[in-house]
Amino acid sequence: MSVPRRRLRGIAAAALAAGMVFSAAACSASDGDSGGEGGGGTVVLQYFGSPGFDAAIAAFQTANPDIKVDAQNMGELKDFTPKLNQWLATGQGAGDVVMLEEGTLLGYLETPDKWTNLLDLGAASLEADFLPYKWANGFTADKSKLVGLGTDIGGLAMCYRTDLFEKAGLPTQRDEVSKLWPTWEQYAATGKKFKESPAVKDVAFIDTATAVMQPYIMQNSQTWFYDTNNNYIVESNPIVREAWDFGLQMAADGLTGKLQRWQPDWNAAFANAAFATVPCPAWMTGSIAERAGDAGKGKWDIATIPGGSGNWGGSYLAIPEQSKNKEAAYKLLTYLTGKDGELSSYKEKGNMPSNVKALDDPAFASSTNEYFSNAPTGQIFGASAKSLKPIYLGPKHQGIWENHFETEMRNAEQGKKTSDEAWKTAVADGKKLAEG
Amino acid sequence: MSIDTHAAGAPRHSAGPPPLDPGERRKQARQVRLGRLDLKASPYLYVAPFFVLFAVFGFFPLLYTGWVSLRDWGLIKGDQGFVGLQNFQEVLTDDKFWNAMYNTAGIFVVSTVPQLLLALMLANWLNRKLRFRTALRMGILLPNITSVAAVGIVFGFIFADRYGLANWILQSLSLDPISWRGSRFASWTAIAFMVDWRWTGYNALIYLAAMQAIPRDLYESASLDGASPTRQFWQLTVPLIQPTILFTVIISTIGGMQLFTEPLMFNYGAAGSGSGLENFQTIAMYIYYTTFEGNFKYGLGSAMSWLLFLLIIGFALINFLMVRRSLKGSK
Repeated sequence: MSVPRRRLRGIAAAALAAGMVFSAAACSASDGDSGGEGGGGTVVLQYFGSPGFDAAIAAFQTANPDIKVDAQNMGELKDFTPKLNQWLATGQGAGDVVMLEEGTLLGYLETPDKWTNLLDLGAASLEADFLPYKWANGFTADKSKLVGLGTDIGGLAMCYRTDLFEKAGLPTQRDEVSKLWPTWEQYAATGKKFKESPAVKDVAFIDTATAVMQPYIMQNSQTWFYDTNNNYIVESNPIVREAWDFGLQMAADGLTGKLQRWQPDWNAAFANAAFATVPCPAWMTGSIAERAGDAGKGKWDIATIPGGSGNWGGSYLAIPEQSKNKEAAYKLLTYLTGKDGELSSYKEKGNMPSNVKALDDPAFASSTNEYFSNAPTGQIFGASAKSLKPIYLGPKHQGIWENHFETEMRNAEQGKKTSDEAWKTAVADGKKLAEG
Repeated sequence: MSIDTHAAGAPRHSAGPPPLDPGERRKQARQVRLGRLDLKASPYLYVAPFFVLFAVFGFFPLLYTGWVSLRDWGLIKGDQGFVGLQNFQEVLTDDKFWNAMYNTAGIFVVSTVPQLLLALMLANWLNRKLRFRTALRMGILLPNITSVAAVGIVFGFIFADRYGLANWILQSLSLDPISWRGSRFASWTAIAFMVDWRWTGYNALIYLAAMQAIPRDLYESASLDGASPTRQFWQLTVPLIQPTILFTVIISTIGGMQLFTEPLMFNYGAAGSGSGLENFQTIAMYIYYTTFEGNFKYGLGSAMSWLLFLLIIGFALINFLMVRRSLKGSK
């Protein structure tokens, strides 16, 4: 009796010890399986939002059967950012290729040692392929290191619902609609006309006052919260306050839906046709189609944005220095940001290429979007792409915008604070974030 | 286990073993030594996993956080040097920290008091002779084993301002819809719903276990004396399970001070953005925001974590003293 039991106990002790060793080893083993030679092995791709990589990855896999792509959808940008920061800080966990948003990019460029220099992997020859500003923004401040290559850009347009416009007695053809609003003032005036119609009395003209901020500022200024030396200048940048006041005036006139973007109510508002227009960068068309669903198909159309061309958002792909499989990662990165890759994500989710070859390709230039009443999206979005003036965003742009200015502006829009109170809080909190 | 080995080992020696060759004897001696070592060492080995895990995931982070809190440490930029108590000073003069403190304490009170009362009632009810008693007892634990993130998402939909279920119900009763994130009390209530939904059953089971230990004849004699069930509950059950109540209060305090996922999900997954966040941002959310979302101030976040740790100890102590005194008084 005692012998077998003792043996059993010995086995249990051994198993326990082994288990502890294994569990300790598991932490370090999980990131070790990507070390392929000659560009093979597994490449982990981490992205946020809806970049439309699925078809491109499938095509890449067919062309490179020795590389396995593990594509990980990390949710929205706000979900991905803290995770990526932790991985960069601890030196493990980040994918071999990660997606960086324009609004957070400069913050990452402040720590160049965390990133692989794409020039070392042979990216120098790709310069002519990209829009000049998109190429230039991927460099660190001293221009010695190329961290990211451009995926999409946010060429601007105005998406609108033809069915609601019709009910309100407004024109529905996209050319006529574009003529309604060459300027933002005329856009707001159209909104007032829209609201006069009793047939759409429960429908807002635009989803939220904060939606006009990005296009308005990006059209009218070269800077936003920061100057190009990364000083916080929002108080001395009149355009920001001008855009703020303009948006809140629209809210005061009852034109806005007072919604919070990217959240369930906003999603549901698409399905319920609760607002008639939304400024839409190219990447937004995919988001609208996802949210408005089949019921909205053919009811949306795309007109030009008031105030001329501009850019809103767009991303980069970069390789963290901690990647153990940089060659294969670079292959995937250059495929996704190459002509075929960008055309594929344009086709899948409407993300507009930053690659000039893709922009010039007939597959983009003459493309239409079936969901948006076959609008000639290639023509609408492409028109401004090559002439647009880039805006300097600064290291913590996205955080200052989302956490403080957007939040406070919404508080003012929803009547929880006066415009001045909200502005003061936003400026002070933004300053703390920018300078902290 | 020790009795067993002894019993099995004893007859072998007393029987007087036949003469053995030296090799066999050495083998036996080794086995005895091993057996002795086994007896002495293995209990420690069995409890070791907890202490190893605690040291790795509990004690070490605690010390390390203390170390980081004294330094200027950017999450990505890394350690920028020793700054003494500057981080603590910054936290203590930060309005947003105190705002988060106020919210945490408020949500704690709004959620815990009804939660524990409800758990007491539930336990009392489940303590009776009911049909399907086991199924019911297991059933009340179900909310607790659902993923808190899933709970948060579902409740986030329920308490959505425009198209949420809660406001739909209010409106169909022709009441005004509530801006759930817009007012402090409404947001606290909504979060309290999530917390209570998850933890009431858990506490009820703990109370139930304590109630089962109360001798039945106490109730019988109380009934003979003419005490009503309500009176029996308040004057017999509650005082007798006093230590258990104390335990749940302390556990709830610790949980309440660390409240994170429910308010985070209520804010659709963001610790540091969203309208009306000043109404329900908890300390844990603010720590997460400071460290991982905003300025990536690792040192500052660590200082807050340490303050939270001290506050929890303080709160638990106050609770302990208050509950003990009030229960003593009610005896």
